[in-house]
Amino acid sequence: MTRIRIILIALGIAALVAAPIGQGNYIIYTLTSWLLFSISAMGLNLTLGYAGQVSLAQAGFMGIGAYVTALLTLAGVPWIAAALISITSCFAVGLLLGWPALRVQHHFLAFVTLAFNTLLFLVLRNEEEITGGSFGLVGMPRPSVFGIATDSNLNFYYFALACFLVSAFVMWWILRSPWGRAFKALRENPIRAESLGLKIRRQTLLAFAIGSAFGGLAGALQSPLVQFIEPGSFALIHSLKLLLMVVVGGAGFFFGPMLGAAVVILLPELLRFTEGYYLIIYSALVIVLMVFSPQGLIGLGQKLWNQFRPRHETRRDMKKGFQL
Amino acid sequence: MAELIQILISGLAAGSIYALAAVGFTLLWQASQTINFAQGEFVMLPAFFVLVGMGLGLPMWPAIGFALILSLLILGALFKKLVVEPMLPHGTLPLVIATIALGLLMKESVKEFYGATAQPFPAIFPQKVYQFAGASVSVQDIGNLAVSMLAIGGLQLFLNRTRTGRCMQASAQNPAVAEILGVDVKRMVMYTFLINAALATIASVLISPIYLAKFSNGETLGLVAFIAAIVGGFNQIRGALVGGLLIGVIDNLSAVYVSAEYRSAMPLILLIAIILLRPQGLLGTKEGRAV
Repeated sequence: MTRIRIILIALGIAALVAAPIGQGNYIIYTLTSWLLFSISAMGLNLTLGYAGQVSLAQAGFMGIGAYVTALLTLAGVPWIAAALISITSCFAVGLLLGWPALRVQHHFLAFVTLAFNTLLFLVLRNEEEITGGSFGLVGMPRPSVFGIATDSNLNFYYFALACFLVSAFVMWWILRSPWGRAFKALRENPIRAESLGLKIRRQTLLAFAIGSAFGGLAGALQSPLVQFIEPGSFALIHSLKLLLMVVVGGAGFFFGPMLGAAVVILLPELLRFTEGYYLIIYSALVIVLMVFSPQGLIGLGQKLWNQFRPRHETRRDMKKGFQL
Repeated sequence: MAELIQILISGLAAGSIYALAAVGFTLLWQASQTINFAQGEFVMLPAFFVLVGMGLGLPMWPAIGFALILSLLILGALFKKLVVEPMLPHGTLPLVIATIALGLLMKESVKEFYGATAQPFPAIFPQKVYQFAGASVSVQDIGNLAVSMLAIGGLQLFLNRTRTGRCMQASAQNPAVAEILGVDVKRMVMYTFLINAALATIASVLISPIYLAKFSNGETLGLVAFIAAIVGGFNQIRGALVGGLLIGVIDNLSAVYVSAEYRSAMPLILLIAIILLRPQGLLGTKEGRAV
C-alpha cells in the first residue's frame, strides 16, 4: 500500500465523518442507507467479482438479517447479539444453498438463488404469525453503544459508519490473505488454480457464504434504521438492483460496490427532476456501460486514465515479423 | 374427476404458453450462450405493440401482424445487433447484467409511455365454454394449446427437416466447425433471435387476453419461462416444452390442492429439487464441466 493511498483513504474517511454534519434528517437517512447497501454490495462483490458466481439472493439475505434482527430485538435481545445471529444464519443458509448449486458449474448458483429469493418472499408474506405478513414488523428499537443512544439519525449514521469501516476492513483483510489471493487466482484462471491444488468448489462456496453474511449484516442494520420492514423490500427486484450496483461500480474492484451503491442510492436524489424517467435513463445507461466497459465505472476510469498516461511504445519493426 | 380434467386442461393450456417463452429462452442459450433475463418482458411487450397498432386504427389481425414486425425488428434484430453482439466477447456476465437492465428498461418504458393500469386485450378465440364429460372446457384453452403446439411442432420440423434449420443446429453445437463447413454462423444466430421474437409475440398474443396487458406481466412470465427451461433441460427444445407443460399443470394443481398462497412456490421447489437431483434437467444431456 503506497503512502498516497493511505492519505487518500484517510481523506475519504474524514469526508464520510464530515458528510452528515449540518445536513437535514432526510439526507442523513439517505447517506446511512448508502452505507448499508455498500456493505451488502461489498459482500456480493466477493461472490461476483472475485469468485465469479452470480448470486441473485443478496436482497434475500438482507431480508433474513433484517427479520432475524427485528424479531430478536423486539423480543428484548440486544442488537449486537441479534446482529451476530443474523450474520451466522446468513452464512449457514449460504452454505446450504451453495453446496448443491456449486456441484455443477454454469450459472446454477444464479438459478438456485433466484428461486430462493422468490421462495423467501413468499414465506415472509404468508407466515403472518411470525413475520407480520405484508404489514411487516414495526418499531424495532435502535441500539445504544457504550451508553450512547443512536435514536437520532446523526448518531445512527456514525454507528452505521463504524460498522461499514469494520466490514470494509474485514473484506480488505480477507482479500489480501493467502486465502483471498486464491480467489483472484480462481477468477483469472480456474484450471491453473485447480492444478496448483486449490479446491475450487470449496473456495467458491465459502466466498458465497461470506458474501451472504455481509448481506446479513446489512439487513441487521436496515431493520433499526428503517424501523419498519416488509417482504416487498427484499423481493427479487432488489437483488437485481444490488447486482447492478456491483457491476456498475466495477465488479472485482475493492471500491466498485461503494461507487455502485452511491450511483443507485444517491443519484436518484440528484436526478429528481427527471421524475418517472429516472429508471429508464438508468437502465439505458447500464446497457451502454456494459457495451463499452463491462468492467464498470472504475474500469472505465482506469481505461481513460491509461489513455493519458505515457505508455511504453512497442517496437514496430518486430511487429511485422510477428505477423508473418 | 371432472375437476381434475378441467385443471389438467387449463394447466396444459397455460403451460403451452410458458413453453413458447421457454423454447425461445433455450434457443438463445444454445445459439449464443445468452441467458436472457428479459425474456418475460419480451413476452409482455408485443401485446402493447398490438394495442398501439389498434390505437392507430388497425383491425385486430393486421395489428397483430404489425406487432409481429415490430417485435422481429426490435426484440430480434436490434436486440442482437445492439446488445448481444458487442458484448459476446466479454463473456456471459456483462450480458446477463445488460439483459436485466433491458428488462427494467422495457418495463419502465411501458409504464411511463403507455400507463400503469392493466389494459383489456382483445380475445382471439370465442369466449365459449363447452361441457365435456362433466368438465367445462373453454375454447380459449383448447385454442391456446393448439396454437402453441403448432408453433413448437413447426419449429421442430423446421430445425430438423430444412437445410437452414440444420445449419442453425450446427452453429449452435459447434460454431467453429460450422463456419469451416461454410455455414454463415452470424446469420444463423440472427435467425435464432428472430425466431425467439416471433415465439414471444405468439405467447404474448395468447396470454394477454387472460392476464390483461400490464407492464409488470414480465416478472412472473420470465421466472416461469426460466424455471421451465431449467426443469426441462437447458439444451433441448423438447425439454423446454415438457418443462413448460409441467409447470403449467403443477401451478394449476397446487392452486387447488395445496394452497393459493403457496401456489407460486411449487414450481420453485421443483426447480431446486431438479437442480439437486438432475442438474442437466429432465430431458437434458450433460454438458457440465468441473471448471
